[in-house]
Amino acid sequence: MTTVHIGCGAGFAGDRFDAAVPVVAALAKAKGERFLIYEVLAERTLAIAQRLRRENPDQGYSPFLDTYLPLILADCHRHGIRIVTNMGAANPVGAARRVHALARELGIRGLKVAAVTGDDLLSSMTQEEIRREQIIEGIALGDRDIVAANAYLGAQPVADALATGAHVVLVGRTTDAALSLGPLMHVHGWRGSQLDLLAQGTVCGHLLECGAQVSGAYFPDPGFKDVPDLERVGFPIAQIEADGTLVITKPEGTGGLVSRATVIEQLLYEVHDPHNYLTPDVILDLGEVEVAAIGPNRVRVHGALGKPPPATLKATVCVDAGWLGEGEISYAGPNALARAELAATVVRARCSAIGVHDPVRVEVLGCEAIFDSNNGGRRIRVKANEAGEYRVRAAVRTARRKTAQQVSDEVLSLYCSGPAGGAGVRQHISPQVSTASILIDRARVQAQVKVVAQS
Amino acid sequence: MSLVEVPLHAVAHARAGDKGNRSNISVIPYLPVAFPYLVEQVTEERMRAVFAHRGATGVKRYVLPKLPAMNFVIDNALEGGVNSSLGLDGHGKALSFLVLGEITVRVPVECIPARTGKSER
Repeated sequence: MTTVHIGCGAGFAGDRFDAAVPVVAALAKAKGERFLIYEVLAERTLAIAQRLRRENPDQGYSPFLDTYLPLILADCHRHGIRIVTNMGAANPVGAARRVHALARELGIRGLKVAAVTGDDLLSSMTQEEIRREQIIEGIALGDRDIVAANAYLGAQPVADALATGAHVVLVGRTTDAALSLGPLMHVHGWRGSQLDLLAQGTVCGHLLECGAQVSGAYFPDPGFKDVPDLERVGFPIAQIEADGTLVITKPEGTGGLVSRATVIEQLLYEVHDPHNYLTPDVILDLGEVEVAAIGPNRVRVHGALGKPPPATLKATVCVDAGWLGEGEISYAGPNALARAELAATVVRARCSAIGVHDPVRVEVLGCEAIFDSNNGGRRIRVKANEAGEYRVRAAVRTARRKTAQQVSDEVLSLYCSGPAGGAGVRQHISPQVSTASILIDRARVQAQVKVVAQS
Repeated sequence: MSLVEVPLHAVAHARAGDKGNRSNISVIPYLPVAFPYLVEQVTEERMRAVFAHRGATGVKRYVLPKLPAMNFVIDNALEGGVNSSLGLDGHGKALSFLVLGEITVRVPVECIPARTGKSER
């Protein structure tokens, strides 16, 4: 009986750069088949990557590849720990070439690297064909330029890539769970018809995909939910047997916490109907799942049930969505709230006077504005002290960069033309991407595995 | 049995996630003994009231007794979500604490964990 150990090195692009180091040290000592996964591809990230690839055909893979991999690539290769990651983004083959270049720089010999392609719908469908598909979630596409359109591949192509003997597998858009389920199908030989095992593997992937969110991070609430040594939080490691037995733990000597509570919070994270969690591999039912602490920082999860997967694949379509313009300014000390609210009134009036037609949100941070709505419906019920520290924020979404700048500049001008003591202006103008989800016939999506030779 | 009224924050923890303009918020008791009280009192109707100012259009509750936990799915709670929200939190990540602060429950004192600075392990 082989145990599969899967460690997670990142739960999003921008996660702690060196988190994988203790994970790799723990995996190096473990007996069985060992894998390290990185999940770095949010819905919008792919649109940015696709733009980079349009500008330079060698680019379009995750810029975080160079942040994460140099730290651990040599140790992983030395200890036989295989890496599976979606750092391929819009260019998995380009990413594979970059991994070869890194290996050369690090003096690593004999590294085998595979890329999974086929998720990019723009290479197999026209924009018009994509526009005709029914949108199940998100914005109407209209006639806006489609920047990226990618189907969520399942775990089988990942398993196929591992079957080539690759030490590093680079994918673009797959389900996050596929990064874990692929290795499990490869090692344990799980087949598409073994639905409850696929369900357990999907739970494993779901629990790992957000990094330390299952091992004590995104959890602490001091005095209520305390976690030791958060600054050294250990990223998770899952141990999975061929019969689907699943234990979540973390490296010895790290901070953080793996408890029933941390695991249950992550189990339901971004889940809607817990009886029907749709993936390309299996429909997961969490209704009978039980979570048990079996030792310090060791939690067993069992009872996932599987149903046959849907006939269609979900795809994310990204379109240009104009600009977000923001400006902020602070007021502090006696009567700060009144000065902040006067500043907000001035910005609203100015935006109207200069002819901004897009909706502008102007709010006072420090009175639970983050919970409020665009029309400030909650503000009137929240009691706030007159004295204190408040920050005024204005925001607009608009098709025109100029309008985004104008709204932001109305906050800037408060320095000399607003209430007393305005301080600390920050401005931010950023291009926006919006997304919609569509369903695609499986026959339209052909995943391919390419072993990429050293160039 | 005498009951005390406390914020949900005293007896449960929660985590919020998003998909588009839809938020999901789990509500998990610190102590399983509290679960029946939460199922009875933390209803779809009360959750909908918490998000009325956001224009939420519907709430669906899923009860998972084996964990135990509840999962709430709130439609149109995110003012467009990351696609179009003008707020700071388009993902609605902070909304778990809106729920824990706004909703109160009436429970026996044994449902409230001793606050020794330790969570359930």
